[in-house]
Amino acid sequence: MDTLNALVAFSNFVAIPAVAYGSQLALGALGVTLVYGVLRFSNFAHGDTMAFGAMIVVLLTWLLQSWGVSLGPLPTALLALPVGIIVTAGLLVATDQLVYRFYRKHKSPPVIFLIVSLGVMFIMNGLVRFVIGPGDQRFFDGQRFIVSVREFKAMTGLREGLAIKTTQGLTVVTAVIVVAVLFWFLNKTRTGKSMRAYSDNEDLALLSGINPERVVLVTWLIVAALATVAGALYGLDKSFKPFVYFQLLLPVFASAIVGGLGNPVGAIAGGFVIAFSEVTVTYAWKKVLVYALPDQWEPSGLMQLLTTDYKFAVSFVILVIVLLFRPTGLFRGKAL
Amino acid sequence: MSEPFLIGDSMTGGYGNGPDILHDCTVAVEKGEIAVIVGPNGAGKSTAMKAVFGMLDVRQGAVRLDGEDITNLSPQDRVLKGMGFVPQNNNIFTSMTVEENLEMGAFIRTDDFSETMEQVYHLFPILREKRQQQAGELSGGQRQQVAVGRALMTQPKVLMLDEPTAGVSPIVMDELFDRIIEVARTGIPILMVEQNARQALEIADKGYVLVQGRNAYTGTGQELLADPEVRKSFLGG
Repeated sequence: MDTLNALVAFSNFVAIPAVAYGSQLALGALGVTLVYGVLRFSNFAHGDTMAFGAMIVVLLTWLLQSWGVSLGPLPTALLALPVGIIVTAGLLVATDQLVYRFYRKHKSPPVIFLIVSLGVMFIMNGLVRFVIGPGDQRFFDGQRFIVSVREFKAMTGLREGLAIKTTQGLTVVTAVIVVAVLFWFLNKTRTGKSMRAYSDNEDLALLSGINPERVVLVTWLIVAALATVAGALYGLDKSFKPFVYFQLLLPVFASAIVGGLGNPVGAIAGGFVIAFSEVTVTYAWKKVLVYALPDQWEPSGLMQLLTTDYKFAVSFVILVIVLLFRPTGLFRGKAL
Repeated sequence: MSEPFLIGDSMTGGYGNGPDILHDCTVAVEKGEIAVIVGPNGAGKSTAMKAVFGMLDVRQGAVRLDGEDITNLSPQDRVLKGMGFVPQNNNIFTSMTVEENLEMGAFIRTDDFSETMEQVYHLFPILREKRQQQAGELSGGQRQQVAVGRALMTQPKVLMLDEPTAGVSPIVMDELFDRIIEVARTGIPILMVEQNARQALEIADKGYVLVQGRNAYTGTGQELLADPEVRKSFLGG
């Protein structure tokens, strides 16, 4: 038995990747949950909004790289992020004015909004592929690792190595900052409180003189920021491919629903629940178990419950279980 | 006789394109007074109040606030004109703290509203105690106090309450009525709809008994309580 090496292997292959992935899902789910809370519909276009935001960041990063601009050890994409957010905000606000406002005026039921967002999704999807193509794009630069396997082994003398990628560290740090700013905004500022009030009780918010169009506008701006940051971080960590963002819609929605739709704390918790489930179910545990168990118990198989091809099934199963037994989610959001 | 401060004058109307619910119905409240609308179930009490607040079409008649015709204003604009309205249901932000509820009540104000909040806490001391608690966690009577407090935050010139005592126990009801009298004593005229006709008429300066969307009896609270017809039909003898 070798607890220390087991822990290191576990951190390297399960905990660290899951925390990074969970942060990305949490940021995505926050966007979904805000739209649901304020505009009261499930925004199926969110995955492709993330793709659009990430695409702008990719293009700007390339431009900056061609100018020879760099951030040293950090990826240049960080510089492109603010502009990416502004462009995405422009797209979302334009979409809202051109499309969603019409249905808001007609007080359409949420299911109509959902179908409309599906249409918006296809348009954004096409837009992104038209501009950047369906292929895989790399835009990461800077230092690759914060801690590399070799450094870690040299440092600790352990047999197992542990690596922390720059993008993983960056993802977690950025997510923490973004979430902190978001919660400060929602809980401490007048505009943020009016958003919560509008989400809580629309009629009473109107009676209190809260302007719904302003609340909607601010919501789209925040959603643009969250989607762009989430999309860019995911693209940095893995790679940028439009279709992957469309697929991300499922775990992102699962996160938001598991946590409780409309509840920001729930979206974050849901993101980590989904990420850890996906990673633990699709990880081959043999390596960790060899260290953790007594010698005689050494497993002969890979100890992998599902291959990674099935990772989306994990989100689906959790989604179904939660909807069956606790439709309002872990943190009591609104029922669907 | 001079015109009352707030009057829904000979209102006829209903919801959307639906049939008329109110027929030539008049309700009004004078400065510094409490006016109560009572009547059997389905008499159009709440509808009359909503008509005054602009939540349904008034097809004939008019609503005037301080002499100004406000018949065509939206409810939001009426709030800006100084009308405070406490709906019967969903009248608080359940996921927000008591203090945040009051802050949202003062949303249209750009000046410093801490003094008004202090007054609300003075009127409803329990709210000061629970200011950091989520409003949704409070008891029925406390929720109603939050609701009234929220409406008071705009410093309304008139306060409209739609069945403030619906669903609370008799003891809490008595306390709420005491609080409402206190609010009225601060000089804010109150127009309210009440299910508990007897208690309501006891504190009312003016009472309106509605039947099927029409004014059936009108008088001071005491007159109506003494009226044998009213007693027989609405107050259980």
